[in-house]
Amino acid sequence: MSITRRDFVKSSAVAAAAATIGISLPSSLKASPTAPFEDDWRWDKSVCRFCGTGCGIMIATKNDKIVAVKGDPAAPVNRGLNCIKGYFNAKIMYGEDRLKKPLMRVDANGNFSKNGKFKPISWKQAYDEMEKQMRKSLKELGPTGIAVFSSGQYTVQEGYAMTKLMKAGFRTNNIDPNARHCMASAVGGFIQTFGIDEPAGNYDDIELTHTVVTWGANMAEMHPILWSRVTDRKLNKPEKVKIVNLSTYTNRCSDLADVNIIFKPNTDLAIWNYIAREIVYNHPEAIDNDFVDKYTQFATGVVETGYGMRKPDHKKFTDKERETVKHQVEKTVSEAEGVTLSYLGYKAGDAMKMKHASAPKKHWAISFEEFKKALEPYTLDFVAKISKGDEDEDLSSYKVKLKLLASLYIEKRRKVVSFWTMGMNQHTRGVWVNEQAYMVHLLLGKHANPGNGAFSLTGQPSACGTAREVGTFSHRLPADMVVANPKHRAVAEKIWKIPQGTLNGKPGSHIMKIMRDMEDGKIKFAWINVCNPFMDSANANHWLKTARQMDNFIVCSDSYPGVSAKVSDLILPVGMIYEKWGAYGNAERRTQHWKQQVVPVGDAMPDLWQYIEISKRFKIKDVWGAQKIPGLPDGLPDVMDKAKQMGYSPEDTLYDVLFANGEAKSYSWPDTIGEGFHNTEAEGDGRRITGTDGELWKGYGFFVQKYLWEEYRKFGAGHAHDYADFDTYHKVRGLKWPVVDGKETQWRFNSDYDPYARKADNGKYAFYGKALKNIPQGNLKGPDKSKPKMDLSNKAKIFFRPYMDPPEMPDKEYPTWLCTGRVLEHWHSGTMTMRVPELYRAVPEALCYMNADDAEKRGFRQGDLIWVESRRGRVKAHVETRGRNRTPKGLIYVPWFDEKVLINKVCLDATDPISKQTDFKKCAVKLYKA
Amino acid sequence: MKKVQEDSSRRAALKTMLRGAGLMGLGGAAWGGVADGLQASELTIRPPAALKEAEFVKACIRCGSCVEACPYDTLALATPDDRTAIGTPYFKPRIIPCYLCTDAPCVKECPSGALDIGKITENDLLNINKSKMGVAVVDQNSCIAFWGIQCDACYRACPLMGEAINLKFERNDRTGKHAIIEPVVNREVCTGCGLCEHACITEKPSIVILPVDIANGKAGSHYIKSWDKNDEKRINTTKEKSAVEANTAEDYLNDTESLFDD
Repeated sequence: MSITRRDFVKSSAVAAAAATIGISLPSSLKASPTAPFEDDWRWDKSVCRFCGTGCGIMIATKNDKIVAVKGDPAAPVNRGLNCIKGYFNAKIMYGEDRLKKPLMRVDANGNFSKNGKFKPISWKQAYDEMEKQMRKSLKELGPTGIAVFSSGQYTVQEGYAMTKLMKAGFRTNNIDPNARHCMASAVGGFIQTFGIDEPAGNYDDIELTHTVVTWGANMAEMHPILWSRVTDRKLNKPEKVKIVNLSTYTNRCSDLADVNIIFKPNTDLAIWNYIAREIVYNHPEAIDNDFVDKYTQFATGVVETGYGMRKPDHKKFTDKERETVKHQVEKTVSEAEGVTLSYLGYKAGDAMKMKHASAPKKHWAISFEEFKKALEPYTLDFVAKISKGDEDEDLSSYKVKLKLLASLYIEKRRKVVSFWTMGMNQHTRGVWVNEQAYMVHLLLGKHANPGNGAFSLTGQPSACGTAREVGTFSHRLPADMVVANPKHRAVAEKIWKIPQGTLNGKPGSHIMKIMRDMEDGKIKFAWINVCNPFMDSANANHWLKTARQMDNFIVCSDSYPGVSAKVSDLILPVGMIYEKWGAYGNAERRTQHWKQQVVPVGDAMPDLWQYIEISKRFKIKDVWGAQKIPGLPDGLPDVMDKAKQMGYSPEDTLYDVLFANGEAKSYSWPDTIGEGFHNTEAEGDGRRITGTDGELWKGYGFFVQKYLWEEYRKFGAGHAHDYADFDTYHKVRGLKWPVVDGKETQWRFNSDYDPYARKADNGKYAFYGKALKNIPQGNLKGPDKSKPKMDLSNKAKIFFRPYMDPPEMPDKEYPTWLCTGRVLEHWHSGTMTMRVPELYRAVPEALCYMNADDAEKRGFRQGDLIWVESRRGRVKAHVETRGRNRTPKGLIYVPWFDEKVLINKVCLDATDPISKQTDFKKCAVKLYKA
Repeated sequence: MKKVQEDSSRRAALKTMLRGAGLMGLGGAAWGGVADGLQASELTIRPPAALKEAEFVKACIRCGSCVEACPYDTLALATPDDRTAIGTPYFKPRIIPCYLCTDAPCVKECPSGALDIGKITENDLLNINKSKMGVAVVDQNSCIAFWGIQCDACYRACPLMGEAINLKFERNDRTGKHAIIEPVVNREVCTGCGLCEHACITEKPSIVILPVDIANGKAGSHYIKSWDKNDEKRINTTKEKSAVEANTAEDYLNDTESLFDD
């Protein structure tokens, strides 16, 4: 059994080389990751719990406890490596304060009381109260009175089950993920440009490109394994390969970058247009005319769209807040906007009314000449002047960098990948700036081919796989379908075997609006799933008060006590990733499944079980009668008659119809794929938990996770969202969808690689997404109603989008920009990583990174405690003038992982008007000693 | 979770108590193996600007002023368990490192000159970055960055990031597509503050602070780096005795008997 290190290295190197050229070796030659180095350890494949990179890991269990992890040498993404969060996967489940019993706020008699203290209760008592509270809200407010905070950290099956329960069962679209905060603008960019979500390329682009440009993506800290691949690429061909890092402060990517461009917040909009102007005006030969003519159409849209804020007359705003919020209705055109919006007749000082705030997506086709005309103002001089972010940098050297950036894109035969993450997505013009990335890549024909492409990276482990593909959003259904489209609803109703007319066609509240609706008393029951919204939502003071001081009932399913649990009324302890079966989908469309490795701790139960258990408490007659929906004059129809025709009884529960139907039961448990593994949902487990009905939990009796996967994949099959069957994923290291005839797809839209592009029979490329492909024609000023609509089948759009200011910028009273984000050591709100002693010691608190001269000017010393205050709130943080993030004068950076420095109290809840994604990267603050 | 903010008066009280108790008795065991056979005192990490160890121990009047001045509770006074001169100030970076206060309150408070402000003064200005409390040493076997894990926690924790700790990029031949990013300490710049040792995420730190004299080797003065102009300065500061016994050539030549010893 012994395998020497040398043999191991040798065989894994062979496997690596073999995998690169696409051959599979006999398994006897592969370094067997399951070989028992320790006799009584069981190794099995899984994935890392943290970011969207999707690293494969191997988990060792012994006596039903995880004892070790290792990187999976067979995983193509990471080849056995990890970052330090991945390194600690084994420890995240065993923090001392892990939640082990349901907890509820109760009075002296043990009954629920909003002002009571948390006390342990039984699962039955928890579900009795939850049912009572849900019924109360449904009765008072109808289906829109309840909501779910969902997540990009759901497993695919969890997200699918909850979407089905909310949309098909309770007929509400009030389910929206924290992924809204993370990549909604990327989705908006994909849908508007290509008509279908998610990247064309994959991580192999890194090894194939000559140029990596990071736009608001600190990959070195946020996607470390991908950054190590970028680094390796640079080392491989140091002369040819160039790295450019664009950011509003110097960060860890700057170490490797050939060019570092520090720009002023929001001016990425201007820099993209400068690159496009260089192409169109000064290097027209660089335009790939064949590509542009055949596969693209120029377009533009409305600009007076506001900033996703509420109206300033809202009674809960303070006067200070209104100073910013008034821009939702009207703003004064700035000097820069006077130039960039001159094509619409605006000049500096004009009042701009936000007349398109309610229809911000509106766009139409324009000619190349119009597109070219709009780019005219974005000269090097103008863009350098408005975008230079470091006042100490010389303007001429900054201009040289911008020129170099443009020339790298423009150079013929130079392959370029643009990566971005939160810098471009958390942006009040986030969809626009995403579209601009495609604008440049499409003009040059440098997209959707190996080594070339605009590539949106994701933050969460299943932002793509669950939030986006399953569609756990207020407006979505699985496989890129939307609730507003009656044909899409019909498809979903058929697959879900529910009566026609059951689904609600009115999009629900996005995650910021769920918070706002709760503050307005429009939502009174909310369930938090796999996220921490009261810590991660901007303008947090409003929502924290709403939770604790208003009439509502908040349930929080979580593994550790965080801010959201603290402000909830009922806490349900959940099984963590390796305590349940599941699947995640990463940023390169790779779907990866894993098995339950261990039984959950204490009385904790898997999230999926928690969702399905509530479905037993409601009968279809409770929810499928006629329902009132605000904004929907006819409401939702009574579908009970149709239900009876389909063979359902009014006494059937949502459990019977949605989760334990005949098809579900055809997936029997035990199943050979699960031999030797737990399945707490299917058969219970050795802990002998007393369930929500007060009886011993013995399991559903069927393979619920497999059933949900197999039903879910029907949505995408044949529609360019094809997945493989459940069992296949348990044998491979993930597959990149669409998976057609058992083969994954490397580059979408490219007929050399993508069967759907070949099927479109459109030449080399086919941007075959179906959404928003029939648009009016017009000119820069607007659509021309006299002209017919244009059919853009198989085409992508090249948008012109102008530069605009963000809604709040530094001024005399609040002179400093605040940017928030993450650090490598901690994941999101820190509920897991802050419990790993090593990671806690490495970075125990969030610091306020600031420029040393700025600090000195204000009389702050390194380490001083200061207040960071905006119009919305303030927090205390220690000054750090050294270290990983070096900010230019006038900008500070405060990470958000630390609940002791709850920076979201300070942040502005302005969003992109199209994507509704919050801009956590820009607001104005003042700083003073604490 | 640890409570970061503590009431300052409570903290002051705690501080005195703990020091009396010998700073929780931590650390001594971990150092035990290394300390054998060495003067224990030689392994002690002193506050910034301390004189050379022997002089420091003589000059320090054990008043505790530096310990009182330290805002981070980094410094402690040695107890009999601490294997160094009782009552002298020291710190253990793994427990609390030196945060390199730019105004060096500990040094300013020293009445005896054992902490010599001149050592951290440059052009009449305080420059705490001139401190030489020790030097960071990396164990390349246990440092997971050398395995290819993306860590560099020490690098990001270093107050002189990019100067005292740099990154070295190497290709990972095993995976064929990931770089190995290794921390490399520049001993000339490293202050020995220990923020790296504190941040290190391995079970026992893989980067540790050692006193400069222990950690540093020394090349002979008979060879000068031709590519480094400043290297000649080494000779001016070095007086070397010949290691060979002063036997003359005649002694050797006249001693033919030793050839026939057997």
